[in-house]
This record gives sequence, C-alpha cells and structure tokens, in this order.
Amino acid sequence: MAARQYPIRVTVNGTEREAEVEARLLLSDFIRHRLGLTGTHVGCEHGVCGACTILHDGVPARACLLFAVQTHGHSIETVESLGTPERLHPLQAAFRACHGLQCGYCTPGILMTMKAFLEQHPDPDEAAIRKALSGNLCRCTGYQNIVAAVSRAAAMAKEGA
Amino acid sequence: MKPPAFDYEAPTSLAEALALKARHGEDARFLAGGQSLVPAMNFRLVRPAVLIDLNGVADLDHLSCSSSGALGIGALVRHARVESDREVARHQPLLVEAIREVAHPQVRNRGTLCGNLAHADPASELPAVMVALKAQLHAVSIRGERSIPAADFFQGTYTTALEPDELLARVQLEPLPTGTGTAFLELARRPGDYAMMGVAVLLQLDASGACTDARVVCCGAGDRPVASAATAAVLRAATPGSDPVALEALCEAAGAALAASIDPPGTVHVTADYQRHLAQVLAARAIAMAFGRAAAHSPRRSI
Amino acid sequence: MSTRAFGAALPRREDARLLTGRATFVDDIDLPGCLHAAVLRSPFAHARIRSIDAAAALAREGVVAVYTAADLGAVCCPGPLAVPPPPIEGALFHQRTQAPIARDKVRYAGEPVAFVVAESRYVAEDALEDIVVDWEPLPVSADLEAAARPDAPRVHEDLPDNIAARVRQVKGDYAMAVRGAAHVIRRRFTYDHGCSSPIETRGVVAQWDPRADKLTVWDTTQAPVFVRNGLAAALGLGERQVRVVAPFIGGGFGPKIMMFYPEEILVPWAAMQLHRPVKWIEDRAEHFVATTHERGQVHDAEIALGADGRILGVRDEFLHDTGAYDPYGLTVPINSQCTLLGPYAIPHYDSTFCAVFTHKPIVTPYRGAGRQHGVFVIERLLDIAARELSIDRAEIRRRNFIPPDAFPWDNALIYQDFTRLTYDSGQYAKVLDQLLERIGYRDFIDEEQPRLRAQGRHVGIAVVCYVEGTGIGPYEGAKLQVQANGRVSLVTGIGTQGQGHYTSFAQIAADHLGIDIADIEVITGDTDQFYWGAGTFASRGAVVAGNAIDQAARQVRAKALRLAAEIFECAEGDLVLEGGRVSIAGVPSKSMGLGELAQRANPMRGAVAAGSEPGLESTSYFGPPSGSTANGAHAMVIEVDPRTMNVRILRYVVVHDCGVVINPMIVEGQVRGGVAQGIGNAFFEQLVFDSEGQLLNASLADYLLPSSMDVPTIELGHVETPSPLNPLGIKGVGEAGAIPVGPLFAQAIEDALQLPARGVELLEIPLSPSRVWELARGAGPVIATDSPV
Repeated sequence: MAARQYPIRVTVNGTEREAEVEARLLLSDFIRHRLGLTGTHVGCEHGVCGACTILHDGVPARACLLFAVQTHGHSIETVESLGTPERLHPLQAAFRACHGLQCGYCTPGILMTMKAFLEQHPDPDEAAIRKALSGNLCRCTGYQNIVAAVSRAAAMAKEGA
Repeated sequence: MKPPAFDYEAPTSLAEALALKARHGEDARFLAGGQSLVPAMNFRLVRPAVLIDLNGVADLDHLSCSSSGALGIGALVRHARVESDREVARHQPLLVEAIREVAHPQVRNRGTLCGNLAHADPASELPAVMVALKAQLHAVSIRGERSIPAADFFQGTYTTALEPDELLARVQLEPLPTGTGTAFLELARRPGDYAMMGVAVLLQLDASGACTDARVVCCGAGDRPVASAATAAVLRAATPGSDPVALEALCEAAGAALAASIDPPGTVHVTADYQRHLAQVLAARAIAMAFGRAAAHSPRRSI
Repeated sequence: MSTRAFGAALPRREDARLLTGRATFVDDIDLPGCLHAAVLRSPFAHARIRSIDAAAALAREGVVAVYTAADLGAVCCPGPLAVPPPPIEGALFHQRTQAPIARDKVRYAGEPVAFVVAESRYVAEDALEDIVVDWEPLPVSADLEAAARPDAPRVHEDLPDNIAARVRQVKGDYAMAVRGAAHVIRRRFTYDHGCSSPIETRGVVAQWDPRADKLTVWDTTQAPVFVRNGLAAALGLGERQVRVVAPFIGGGFGPKIMMFYPEEILVPWAAMQLHRPVKWIEDRAEHFVATTHERGQVHDAEIALGADGRILGVRDEFLHDTGAYDPYGLTVPINSQCTLLGPYAIPHYDSTFCAVFTHKPIVTPYRGAGRQHGVFVIERLLDIAARELSIDRAEIRRRNFIPPDAFPWDNALIYQDFTRLTYDSGQYAKVLDQLLERIGYRDFIDEEQPRLRAQGRHVGIAVVCYVEGTGIGPYEGAKLQVQANGRVSLVTGIGTQGQGHYTSFAQIAADHLGIDIADIEVITGDTDQFYWGAGTFASRGAVVAGNAIDQAARQVRAKALRLAAEIFECAEGDLVLEGGRVSIAGVPSKSMGLGELAQRANPMRGAVAAGSEPGLESTSYFGPPSGSTANGAHAMVIEVDPRTMNVRILRYVVVHDCGVVINPMIVEGQVRGGVAQGIGNAFFEQLVFDSEGQLLNASLADYLLPSSMDVPTIELGHVETPSPLNPLGIKGVGEAGAIPVGPLFAQAIEDALQLPARGVELLEIPLSPSRVWELARGAGPVIATDSPV
C-alpha cells in the first residue's frame, strides 16, 4: 500500500513550488532532497543543533521539527535566498571577513537565524548576539568570530543606512 | 531518525478538530508548535496514527487581556509572542521570566504554551509556573468544555488530566493582587537546556507587610511540578520587614524547608542530593527576589 | 607580487561556496536511482545472536534488500588494523577489529547486526523495526577498572582476559629519582568518555559502474587514500578501480578517520550487489554509538621532586578504555604516555599502560588523541607539588622547563609515529612569560583576588602548559600544474574538514609562482586526482602536505624560469616571475604568461628531451624524519558561585607557538575552536554509561556541546619558534587548543573555592556543577592559603 500523498503549495525563496508529499516527510528533507536546496543542513533531527534553521513566514524555525505538509500556503526562505558566491549578502561577507566559519556545516542555519535577528535588532551588543546565537551549535569556531561577524554586519548596515 | 508514518489532518475549525480527536482518541495527537512532539516522533518514541494540525484552526491563536489584567492564552499562541507581549509582562511577569528560559529563540518561535503544558514534561519550567499562578486550564472536546486547575492537570511524566478526546484550548490566568511578588530562578547546564532545578515563587504581602500567600513550586524535582506546602507554611504569616538579616534567615529557612520536602530523581547531569541542594539555594534567592518585588508593589508602599 | 601571500591573514577562498550553500557535502550527492540504507544496531552491549528473521522487512514495500553477516560472505571479516602498534620492546598487543556486521555475537550496544537497503531512508527505518532478532544477553564489562580484572566478563572469548595491550616505557631509573627526592606525591586521576560530535555526522554514498568496472565512493573520511586502498582489498578490486572522494566535510576531529567503519564497506558492497547507488547518512542517535569515542582512562601517578620543586621523576600506571575493538592500535594511550612529559625536563620516567577491552563503543583518536590525559596528570601533579612545597604555580613550571638551548631534546620514548620522542625546538619560558603578562597573573594574585575575596566573591586563576607532538609522517604529496589558461591546479591526497586548506595551501604556492591565490585551484580528498597520501590527522596537514606543496611549487617555478630563459635566450637570473608572467627584468616587452609557457612546455611537435618532462608541473613528496613540537600555555580567570558551583569564565588567554604561521587568521580560528572543544570536554561533555553498557545520554539535548553562551572570548598571543625539521618551519596547530583545558578548569575551580586548603582536590575530568558540589560537600573551612608566594 503506497503511502498517502498530500499536495502542497509553498513559496520557497520567493518562488511558488508545488509538490506531493508523504505526511511524515520532514521539511528539512523536503528542502534538501525534493527541492535540491542542499544549503540547509541537517545535524541532529531533534531540534537542538540549529543547522537546519530556515525562515518560516520570515521567522527562524527548525526545519527538522516541521513536516513539509505543514508548509502548505506558507513561505520558506533558505540560505540560497541570500547572496551568491559572486555577490555575497553583507552578512555572508562579514562571516568571510571575520573567519566566522570553518567547516561551514552549521553556517547556513546560523546565517538564517542571524538575518532575522539583525532585522529585529539592528544594533546588538555582544551579549545579545551570543544569546540569539545560543540555539545554533558550532563545533569548529568557538563562536568568537561568528559574534564578530554579526557585529560587523550590523555596523556595516548602520554605515550604509 | 525519521518519524513513523501517520495520517495528517488539517482542520480549519475547532469543531472539526475536536470531531477528529473524538474519532481517533489516543491514536491521534494534536500538532501545534511540534517542538516537543516532533523530536519524540523522530526518535520514534511517540507514534501517533493521526496528527491533527491545529495551525489552520481559526481562533486558537488568541492572546486576550481583560481590563482587569486577566489573561487568556490560546492553544496556538507561541512562546515568542507571550515573551514579547507588554500586557503579559505587566500582569504576569513570572510567566515571562520563565518562558525566556525555555529552549532557544527558534524553538520559542514555533512552540506554544498550551503544547508545552499538554506535553507535561516534569523538567519543563512552564507547568511549575502554571501551578504557582493557579492557572485554569481549559479543556474542550465535542462533549463540552471544562476548566482544570493547574495543580490537578499534571499527573505524571508526560501524563495529564486530559481525556483522549480533549484539547487544551486555552490557559486562563487571573490578575495578581496588589502586593504580589514573583520570581523564577533556575540553573541549567547551558542556557536553554532543561533546568537542573527550577523554582517558581509567588508571594503576597498585605498592607502591614505580612505574607498572606506563598507558593513555591519546583520543576525537575519529581514526575510533575512539585509544590511545597511546607515551604509555603514557613513563609505565610511571616513579616519579612526591612531587616536584611532577618529576611535572609527567613529565605534560607524557606529554602531548607523546600529541600526537606522534595525528593528529586537525579539525572545524568545531577545527583539527587545536588538537586535538593540547588532547590534550597535557588528557592532562597527567588524568595528574596519575590519579597523585594512584592514590597515594591505593596499597598503599604503606595501610601 | 608586491605582498607575500604566505603569512598573511587572507580571507578563505572556500567561504563563498560554504556561505551560500553551494559547497558539496556527502549528503548533497544526489544520484539518479539512489537507494537508502539503515543499520540495525544491537540494543545489548553483550549478547549472542541466536537467529535473525528479516522476512517481514523484506516483504515491506520499498525494501530492496536486507543483509546480515551470512549474506556478506568473505566481505564479513574483521577489518584491517589502521595503525599497528609501535615497535616497543616487550609490548603486548592483541589485535581485535570489527567485522562490518556482527556474526554470532555483539560486543557493544550499537554494533551493526543487519543492513537494510530501501527506496527511502524513511522506509529503511520502518524495515529495521520489522527485523526480529532472538537475543541471548550476556554479562557485561562496562566499567573500565572492573573490566581489567581477570574474572570480568570477557569481550573477546579467545583471550584470557580483557587486556588489549600492555606497554611499559622507561626513561632513566625512577627508583633512583625517588631515593634522591625530598618530596613524593601520589594521586589517582580519572578522565571519562566523550565524543567529537561534529555537526555533520558520518555518511557514505557509493556508485558502482558495471560498464567501467569502477566504484566511486563519497565518504566523510579524513583519509580517502587509506579508504580507497582498504576498500579495494576488501571488495577484491584493484586500487585503480576505486575512487574515493572526501568532498566538503562538516568537521572531522579524528573519528572520521577510523577506517574501517562498517558502513564504509557495507554501502559500496551493496551498491555493487544491487547495481544502484546507495546512500547511508548516519543520524545523530546512531552517531553516539556508531562513531568512535575517546577519553576513558584511570591513572595512578607519582611524582618525585627535589626540595626546590625540580622534578626528579614521574611514575605512572594507567588503564585505557579501548572499547570493544582496537582498530587504531595504541595511538591514544601512547600519546597519553608521551605527552605527560610536557615541556618539562623529567630525567626519570616509568610509564606502563594497559589498554582494556570493554563492552562499549570503539575508542580512537579525537582531537588531542590521548594528549589531554597526560597533560592533565602532569599539570595536576605540579599544582599539588607547588602547594605542598609552597612554590607559586607558574614558578614551579618555569623551574622545570627544558631550556631553549637544550634542543633537540631526547625523551627516550617511542612516540605514536614509531620514532624516538624528540622535541625539535621551543621557548617555553618565553611563552609562559607572555601568558602571565597578558592575563596579569601577579596583579591578580597579589591584588585583585584578595580584593574580590574580601567582597565575598570566589574568583580563581589557573595556568597550565603543554607540548604537542605534531606533523608526524609518514609523508604527503602534492602535484602542481600550470594550466593553459594560466591558472594553477594544486592537488594533494589529504582531505579537508574546515581547516582552510583551500586557502593556506594556495598561500604556500602563490609566492613561488608569482600569482594570486585566487588563481590556484586547490583540490583535496579525491583519490583519482592524487593517488598517494595518508590523511588529515595528528595536526599534520599543514606541516606535511604544506612542505610537499612548497617543494612542488619551487620546482614548477624553476621549470618556468628555465623554459622562459630558453625562449628569451637570457639567463634565468635576469628573469622575474610576478603577476602570473615571466619577464626579463626591466624589459617589459620580453614577457610571457605562465599559461602560454605551459603550452610551450607541451609542444605538438618535437620530442621531449631525455631527463625533461612535458608541461609546467611537478609532483613532490615530503616526509618529516619525526614530528615537530608545538607548545603553548593557557590561563583562565573564573568566578564560581560557591553554592551552586556554577562557573563563569571571566578571562581566557592562550599563548602558543606553532612555528612559522601560514595564515594567522586560520591559526587563531583553530586555536579558539580547540579551546571550545576543550571547554566542552572539561566541563560539559560526558558520555554516561550504565553498568549494562547502555549509553544514557545519546542526544544533543543531553550530551552537552558548549553553546555561544558557554565559550568566552579567547585572547591570543603568539611566539614563533620555527621547526628545524621542515623547510617551512611549520608546526601543527589543529589540536593544540583542546589539549590543556581540563587541568585548567580543575586548577581554577580549586583556586576560586580554595578547595585544597579545605582538603579537596579535583582529580577528574569532566567536572560539572553537580560533581564539584559532590566533591566539595564535605570540605571544611579554609585552613591555610593555598597559593603562597
């Protein structure tokens, strides 16, 4: 007996996508393996590491704790919605300038978390950044350069404003 | 770590949601934020046959505040909204203080208060806070609606007073009387983790500065929120006054009473003895904070 | 080039791809028709398999195959020994490696029992629940010390006991040291299990091309060449038939090198059976038992000192928990044994260890690879000695340093790389002095601490030192090739897991070739691109591959100049190579791009003269005679809540010496990341097993990786003592930050709470608020200041 399929229509990075999905398909798997947007990474599948963080209707959420079927009628943004290698988003450029990544596996989830954070808190201090970052685990950097990168991105946005 | 198969229902009205639950009973689970349920499903520890997604149900995302300060928090109200709501902060500071300790921003963006309570994890902060605040938990089913006092709602680890056909649709919090001081203190290994021990305190002072009501409730101390009558008894009728030494002695005595009255289980991170000790220390500190806040809001002060 | 690339803090070239989600990790490999695998793992730490019934699983829609040991045939044999034991006289070693699937018996909870291949991972996991195994549970040896007893339940029935190895190494005569000692201190130290937990778990994707008779495997390995060789042997293929690709890897830290993991055999084998690509991605729950662990040791150590605090000798006996199998030989306990000596002149040393089989997951190197334990023992012994002899903690270390003019310093032990443990260079006092200066050690102890203590605050300071043998052999190679478009390809055999090789390797070559690093394409981790190599481990990538790159780049430069000199009919000395062009100095019209030179070096007509080669390319290998010795010192100021025992780090300072630095930004990142893992190991992370060998905290909610709120700002200072053992003077840095953090926490917490003066010592890692409280709960009042002078 084939598993029941549910039709969904979801806006991903500004483009409307239609698909048929099994109810249990995790949003993280849908994004990665059905849509081919492999920038969203999976680290724990129990909502702790934050690697799979995406924006759900503009709000950071764990893609491993949502079912794809739930996103019907909603919008999703992934790391692919930011810059390109040739034209980095200012936040991405700040991460590069500050060496805010090593293996880069946790990075897309951190970028999506911090993008939303900076929109809400354009002038954060270090303590606020560290708190906002606390739901994203990084095993390589020790966080210091991530914090520096977010500060830098905020400062540059202020200068540009 | 992929969840087992299930059928998915996305009702758009409460009546439809309740009819589905009535039909499927314990085989079905409601899905609101999913921040506790989905990890459990990914580990295959929980395997509902049907998920009833509440996110499309109108009217469940109500966060209402009456002119008197009574709060109604619906089943789809996310932690992040409670945390940032100024009316909630004004009327129920204990709830906001505790909710900030729940997990991390991304989880609070999705997770709901009602979902957290219905999950009934004894390590969670919010059940203890509900007990301390004497919240009324409104359960609805096709059979009707009933109100369950928080103290009766939590019946064990992951076990509540909800019947298989019921939804925890709303939490109702009455305004705190003048002269009330509250505090929530916990210690977690990392910020956002479940607490090694957490203590919610509510104290009420009358115009003479005497403590007329005291509630001290722990999370992580048993299979449900643990309210300590012995601790409350130490505090009730006490008049802390302005002598800091006497106040400290009172707080410490209350903390000691709490430690003596609980039987914490211990975890991989903590021994039971350490938990008991933490309860004592955190309670003493939280009680001191609550006294300070109560005094700041006391009727006497406004004279 | 007007500015040198080598030594500059250049931003990383790989970042643009990583930041935009365009870097390819193993799970990103998406092959048409790919099947998905899941592994049935033993729920018991020790049990006999009476029977396995997979009928229901096979009947499930979407399941393609279920394999048990019986189905694997000859492939189901114990894997190779990755690292044989070093040639130490009298050493006992029992090699017991793991088969891809357990045949009759399991020896740890998590050992593979069956392998399911299905149309999706979801279905594969469903099928795992369909498989019925008839288990006969057997008694378990979970505790290290209990397992070492002769009557303990045996992990391997054919051995007389659970002793996997026994190695004694002796320098001088410890008994003589004791006879001359004014003071002898003896303590027991314990260090519990932890795991590396990279955010990317392991994964393998394999594709068999039956037309080309060729197997391609994408693997999260740190050592693709070894995996290629081993796979060829296991699967009966020639090495040229197997291509192993280690693409971007989401953190390695050691355990991603342990060849062979069962899945590294099972996935390619299944792909060959089924003629369809197969993917297996470890999930986080599996990771806790299926990827190797580290750290479990118990030391009984003794130090003999003169009245002036000079170390006369050290004796140590320790147990090392190797888990159920020992595929990585003795690397971890040998590192513990050797690294204990630290930066100190220890004339007499007598160290014996027993590696012990237990019914727990396998132990192999994880960042630091046993060095932590040795450093913990010697640093703690020195803290105790300082106290008992009333010498300042920093001063007792300084008194015992090997002086800068005493190198090479022969420690007369055999190290993990089979060579004699000889330190090549170091300026230990200079490192310590800079550290004390930066953290304000004297001021803190003399003024700040007493002032804060008077306010009722419990602040403490700690200082520890360490030495790390890095950059060991055997060798690595590199091939540089100028392409017709003028860009240079730089290929090595090692893999990369976030260390910035795409940048630092290009920096080594760029200056020789007079080109920008943007014009160098670095390729790592693909065995079809480079045949030879060992891998990325033991803080060796930059040292060993780096020097091979340096040599190859010099040779390409020489070729380019020689060819240009012929073309321009001038002397090589008249030529300059910059901006990607070779020119005659002062004659701008006489100039040719590297790309054109490369084409000229590969003519369509005309023979290649004897002794010459076509093209502008060179392949070079470098094998250091022995490892270069990095060192450093860490200091930390903390405040402890004396009632909850919660610790807040107020300052953290590292001064380190990793020789010549290729890219300071990358080096600093490595050190900071190492410290973060060290903090995790010291104060947060512990794998907790019950007496039945069950892991009790197999989730990231309960295995506590430090978060952004737990790792402080880390201040860094550098000392640069070039290694004489390689032309670039480089020393490894990958593991350094993680190594000395345990004793630093113990010392700082003791100091903050004045524990020794209250009769309590912290002799174990990891610590936690609960554990510190339990240890300190019986402590008395402060009876003397614990930090005189």
